[in-house]
Amino acid sequence: MQGSGRPPPFPFSAIVAQEEMKRALLLAAIDPTIGGVLIFGDRGTGKSTAVRALAALLPPMRAVVGDPYNCAPQAGARGQKTHLVPVPVVDLPLGATEDRVVGALDLEKALVSGEKAFQPGLLARANRGFLYIDEANLLEDHLVDVLLDVAASGENVVEREGLSIRHPARFVLVGSGNPEEGELRPQLLDRFGLSVEVATPADLPTRIAVVKRRDAYDRDPHGFAAQWRAADAALGRKLVAARKRLAMVETSDAALGRVAELCLHLGTDGLRGELTLMRAARAFAALEGDVAIGDSHIRSVAPIALRHRLRRNPLDEAGSTVRIERALAEVFGP
Amino acid sequence: MGAGAERPALSPWRLAEHAAALLALDAAALGGMTLRAPAGPVRDAFLARLAALGGGQRLLRMPAGISDARLLGGLDLAATLAAGRPVGERGLLAEADGGIVVIAMAERLEIGTAARIAAVLDAGAVTVERDGLCLTLPSRFGVLALDEGLSKEERLPTALSDRLALRLDLTPLSHRDIEPDIFSPAEMAAARARPAAAIADDMLASLCAAAFALGIDSFRAALQAVKVARLSAALAGRDTVAEADAALAAALVLAPRATRLPAVPEDESDPQTDQQDDPPPEDGETASGEAPRDLDDLVLAAARAALPPGLLARLLASGGRVKARAAGRAGQIQKAARRGRVIGSKAGDLRGAAKLDVVETLRAAAPWQRLRRSEAAMAGREGLIVRREDFRVARHKQRSETATLFVVDASGSSALQRLAEAKGAVRLLLAECYVRRDEVALIAFRRSAAEIVLPPTRSLVAAERALSGLPGGGATPLATAIEAASALADAVRRKGRTPALVFMTDGRANIDRAGRQGRAQAQADALAAARGLRGEGFNAILIDTSPQPQPQAAEIAAAMGGLYLPLPQADAAGVGRAVGAALAAAR
Repeated sequence: MQGSGRPPPFPFSAIVAQEEMKRALLLAAIDPTIGGVLIFGDRGTGKSTAVRALAALLPPMRAVVGDPYNCAPQAGARGQKTHLVPVPVVDLPLGATEDRVVGALDLEKALVSGEKAFQPGLLARANRGFLYIDEANLLEDHLVDVLLDVAASGENVVEREGLSIRHPARFVLVGSGNPEEGELRPQLLDRFGLSVEVATPADLPTRIAVVKRRDAYDRDPHGFAAQWRAADAALGRKLVAARKRLAMVETSDAALGRVAELCLHLGTDGLRGELTLMRAARAFAALEGDVAIGDSHIRSVAPIALRHRLRRNPLDEAGSTVRIERALAEVFGP
Repeated sequence: MGAGAERPALSPWRLAEHAAALLALDAAALGGMTLRAPAGPVRDAFLARLAALGGGQRLLRMPAGISDARLLGGLDLAATLAAGRPVGERGLLAEADGGIVVIAMAERLEIGTAARIAAVLDAGAVTVERDGLCLTLPSRFGVLALDEGLSKEERLPTALSDRLALRLDLTPLSHRDIEPDIFSPAEMAAARARPAAAIADDMLASLCAAAFALGIDSFRAALQAVKVARLSAALAGRDTVAEADAALAAALVLAPRATRLPAVPEDESDPQTDQQDDPPPEDGETASGEAPRDLDDLVLAAARAALPPGLLARLLASGGRVKARAAGRAGQIQKAARRGRVIGSKAGDLRGAAKLDVVETLRAAAPWQRLRRSEAAMAGREGLIVRREDFRVARHKQRSETATLFVVDASGSSALQRLAEAKGAVRLLLAECYVRRDEVALIAFRRSAAEIVLPPTRSLVAAERALSGLPGGGATPLATAIEAASALADAVRRKGRTPALVFMTDGRANIDRAGRQGRAQAQADALAAARGLRGEGFNAILIDTSPQPQPQAAEIAAAMGGLYLPLPQADAAGVGRAVGAALAAAR
């Protein structure tokens, strides 16, 4: 790999199959309040590839120049210089230490000039963007605790080394992992709005297509990305249009009734399931260019919105996906 | 070896030489190699060949228990103090740029470490977010994982092995199998200079089809096979991937990953008997016929010829697909890593076993240096001034986690429906345990042996898989079971966790320790084993599963110093509740 800089990511539109995963990521990008995506499944199915590809798809956002938290310009504030920046997609590497995640005393400034300054961490960098954790189930427990706290409040509070800082940290949490390496803590599971189960496609032609494209990309990332630029750009425009349309999508009482009925049927705990299902259905309607939430939207997103919220019954052999399908058939008819 | 030359039949050593050449050619593109071999002359010879073929390529050794600071990098404290400003230190993975990282005793690698290396391999760069440093250091390297594991349980974590294209097993070779070198430095240099070889669509499709037929789920394997085939072509001086290259890729990448046997065509050749001397089919063999079909067969035949010995036996034993590597082990290692892992620091005294967290202490001291120096200057002192209130001690994970070991009587005397209840109870407890981050294991005993069906794990997936295949019936080797349970409990305790044993049996042993029939001796042995267990001081519960409570069961429970719970009517939920309550009381 010659040339300076890192190669462009694998284009989102070149990802073969894995429709559920792609849809979940797009929905989370359309409406960040859905609350992030968890991708669990087989090795080598392109989980990380999809997340990194999504980053390239997102249109840039406007931020205040020099703001360490990428804050949006305040309405009515004069004299603020702004610029367009790419939406941050921040990796939380497994070996990260807590000081780098939450931010800490700036050691350089402290040692050199004796100045007490705050060095923002990964949570600050991820504000208004995405925070991605690969192998989320291997993350240290104390870092998970921090994430849970911040993801719930949208604010990072640092009280250490004599510093007292609070800054906005609203991000879409994207996690991936392999269930063979252990389960995710239920508290963390609950933070993810959507949950996707990925598996290797079972048919040979799809597999060949996957390998062919990946091989082409590995050999010439720039050329390959150029080939798919138009397709990615079109998808990006679709995403922007969907965001604009989101507020206009009508949520009828009938649709809300359906959502409530479905959640009641599945016995999901709390309101979070209903809220997420409703938001996901709305985002999906916006993506499809529809003006109101219909049954088809709810049906399409119900598995990813509810799968991880079902109370686990260890004696029921059927997986969550099967239970949701059963409930869908009962509520909506076959 | 020039273009179009007849490829000689690949003996095991020649296959190894090819693998070494491929790795030396482009380790970073291949991810690397898993080399299963005991330390010894054969492995040394292989490593020497790799070094020779690499022509100056660096081989960096990495111990399996490496710390994050050394692996990824961090603050260089000595340099930082000397310079008066933070100085970063590169980790081993950043230093390895352009070389090969050799992981010694890779089967002992922690899953977390494996995942960290895997992330760097994927990104081609080390992301350092540690000790106040925030760097991205480009680094492309290959990994050579030296796997000395003896059992099939001892394996490199899949998070990493999945990314290492080549797999080689030198275990069956002795030093007498070592043959003269094949590739010369000049040939290696020529191969390096060649542009990447092209691969025809049908060839790529054949490799994918072979991966599919062998039951390999990860896409990486097929992709790696393509890369290996390309490099093999370059090595042979070809511009296009030939059948021999695909065959080599099948032997080095696909066959070792097989989880099922492909359908054997006409002749029912046993892959175990002919794998030693059957050469991968040669270029000229498939000259006629519809190319794609023949090509598929050829790649598969090459893979079949290279299938690891023992795969067939395992396949027959498991009735079809080989189970993926016991996933429970991952949980085990993960927890082992957590023990003693620093989870932060707090202000404190350096009393007792407290360990000073130097970086955090310096952090605490740093902001005050100006002020303190101006005070100290009057006293004529120089350098960094650290005071007692700056001390930070490392905070370790304190809570001792529990591992509940179920020891289930799967013999005929204990009735099959009991087994179903035991399975249900294990599932229930597991569901609770993963909330608490505790673990569950399952030992089943029947006929003359006790088997660890589920190694300590927190993974529901692993448990489901283990439980669904649990057979029942046969005699009751209670003594053997108690001893196996004691050994596992001891292993768990050595990992820093608290084991709790739950026996589910009617206590009617009829096989003694030596494996002989006979109720009296069997019972005596079981009692002796139970007393041995008591000596270890483990927490134990015995659930009497017989319809009428048995005096033998109560006797054994007493001998092991455990709680005796007759539960003749209980269902899975009842058992789960009883065990949960008993454990909570014991805690």
